Amino acid sequence: MGFFLETLFGGLMAGMLYSLIALGFVLIFKASGVFNFAQGAMVLFAALAMARFSEWIPQGLGIESKVLGNVLAFVAAMAVMVGVAWVIERLVLSKLVNQEGITLLMATLGITYFLDGFGQTIFGSDIYKIDVGMPKEPIFLFQSVFEGGVLISQEDLVAALIAALLVAVLALFFQKTATGRALRAVADDHQAAQSIGIPLNRIWVIVWSVAGFAALVAGIIWGSKLGVQFSLSLVALKALPVVILGGLTSVPGAIIGGLIIGVGEKLSEIYIGPMLGGGIEIWFAYVLALLFLLVRPQGLFGEKIIDRV
Amino acid sequence: MLYRENGQFKTSYRADQQIFPILQDRVAIGLLLVFAFAVVPLVAPEYLFRAILIPFLILSLAALGLNILVGYCGQISLGTGAFMAIGAYAAYNFQVRVEGMPLIASLLLGGVCATIVGVLFGIPSLRIKGLYLAVATLAAQFFTDWAFLRIKWFTNDSASGSVSVASLQVLGFPIVTPAQKYLFCLAFVVVFALLAKNLVRSHIGREWMAIRDMDVAASVIGIRPVYAKLSAFAVSSFIVGVAGALWGFVHLGSWEPAAFSIDRSFQLLFMVIIGGLGSIMGSFFGAAFIVMLPIGLDILGVRVGFDTAFAAHLTFMIFGVLIVFFLIVEPHGLARLWSTAKEKLRLWPFPH
Repeated sequence: MGFFLETLFGGLMAGMLYSLIALGFVLIFKASGVFNFAQGAMVLFAALAMARFSEWIPQGLGIESKVLGNVLAFVAAMAVMVGVAWVIERLVLSKLVNQEGITLLMATLGITYFLDGFGQTIFGSDIYKIDVGMPKEPIFLFQSVFEGGVLISQEDLVAALIAALLVAVLALFFQKTATGRALRAVADDHQAAQSIGIPLNRIWVIVWSVAGFAALVAGIIWGSKLGVQFSLSLVALKALPVVILGGLTSVPGAIIGGLIIGVGEKLSEIYIGPMLGGGIEIWFAYVLALLFLLVRPQGLFGEKIIDRV
Repeated sequence: MLYRENGQFKTSYRADQQIFPILQDRVAIGLLLVFAFAVVPLVAPEYLFRAILIPFLILSLAALGLNILVGYCGQISLGTGAFMAIGAYAAYNFQVRVEGMPLIASLLLGGVCATIVGVLFGIPSLRIKGLYLAVATLAAQFFTDWAFLRIKWFTNDSASGSVSVASLQVLGFPIVTPAQKYLFCLAFVVVFALLAKNLVRSHIGREWMAIRDMDVAASVIGIRPVYAKLSAFAVSSFIVGVAGALWGFVHLGSWEPAAFSIDRSFQLLFMVIIGGLGSIMGSFFGAAFIVMLPIGLDILGVRVGFDTAFAAHLTFMIFGVLIVFFLIVEPHGLARLWSTAKEKLRLWPFPH
């Protein structure tokens, strides 16, 4: 029982991190109808920027304090992500208005390649570490309930808390602020939003910046766990089944999808994996999403797809 | 002046329906084939075969297969590498397990296996559409990556996980030298390109294009989506599977699943986009472009003096920019540029 719970919690934590990346996908899809394949590359780019700035800024300015250095690096990395969002809107999206979803998907594939190459060119392609002072020691829970208790990594716990916080902040931003309202309006209907005077271009820059922010947070958490390196951009591939499982247009879908995938992946690895030779984590999420879509083609919370001639 | 169709009257349906209706085109293609079959093997250096010509031929075959699915039928697939892998491993198993299996038969049987799996993964396309389908095809990619790595039966229990094929022979002729390999691949490519071209201008091809343009409308006018989509998946994965088998057998010789990773899938998709969606010719342009670009950049890098890591990153960046550029400026890819050039040439030098 203790072991099962441990796996379950591990899955939930991992799922939270997937949701964090999936959130970026959903935000952009909701507001601009673009399936942003580049979210993974943005995570890598943001993490690289953060890792390198937290090295360069204290060196350059002679700052001793680690907290101040990290804060400055975070601000600088965020500024870079806003810049990336602006450039993408200017050079790519504004030229592809009213194109089909597939065309936009392929354009973001191009952006993925560009960001991967560009990030590694300017920031270097070694393995870097981000140290934001996440606690590393594992803790034991429920020691009074079970023999030996349940082992949980504090780092995961903090990460999950941050992810939950981010979701709450984004929800507030979307529901309570004027900009958030404008974003939702654009998501509902581009033309209607434009006709009442919402500037589409600016909204897209904002959305991509928000997605950049989500990427930065995801990048910092993943980066301090695994180190910042190229494979980080592949982590995002794991978030893809999360998005389609939850439904492309639903923020709660991204969270719940992430948790389902995270838990399913860990449990299946332990309980089904040995029967099939192990390592089934790589494809389990995809096959799960695929089978689920056969029953509900729009995902858990996605909008129903209606075709008209 | 030289390239025009004045005076070429078509007096029969047969003449009207030729693949190349203009005499000059037929002559040019004929000359190109003669050049490719007879002249290139004699004069090309070995490096050219190994680094450019053989990869180009095989990848253009794979791109051709993918183009049928993505360009003609509009079902985007991010799992092409998987079907190449299935073709390669299936052909390998036929070659190793069946005594005296002819090479061509095992390559084609590899394609047949890829077809079966392709249709299996194509079934979701009947319900899942568009973006959801694109992500769902990744399932094929990751599943086969895993299967060929972990299931020992597929690799004939080889200890290192990589498989290799011994000497290749076709009807008693050995295929050893690069020139022989090149001719072998070329023969495959020519035959398949001809078949594909005829297929896409037949009623099946028209059904695919109708489904691509609007599937609901197509089913209203009596096209069965099940039949059209699955046949596109079948034909596409057959060609891709054969290309994969050739890639393993002829180009690599010994390989492991990483040779058919997701990067391969993206590479093929880029070939199709840059070359031209929905164009047989475009697959060749795209393959040539993508095979040549990194080599060109490497050579440039040596000349100018930047290191290989930077050259690799630069390749990534240039790919990315080009994809976006083509999607914005010329969504029909290099093939459209080619046909525009031909239109211009027809009127040259008196465009009035």
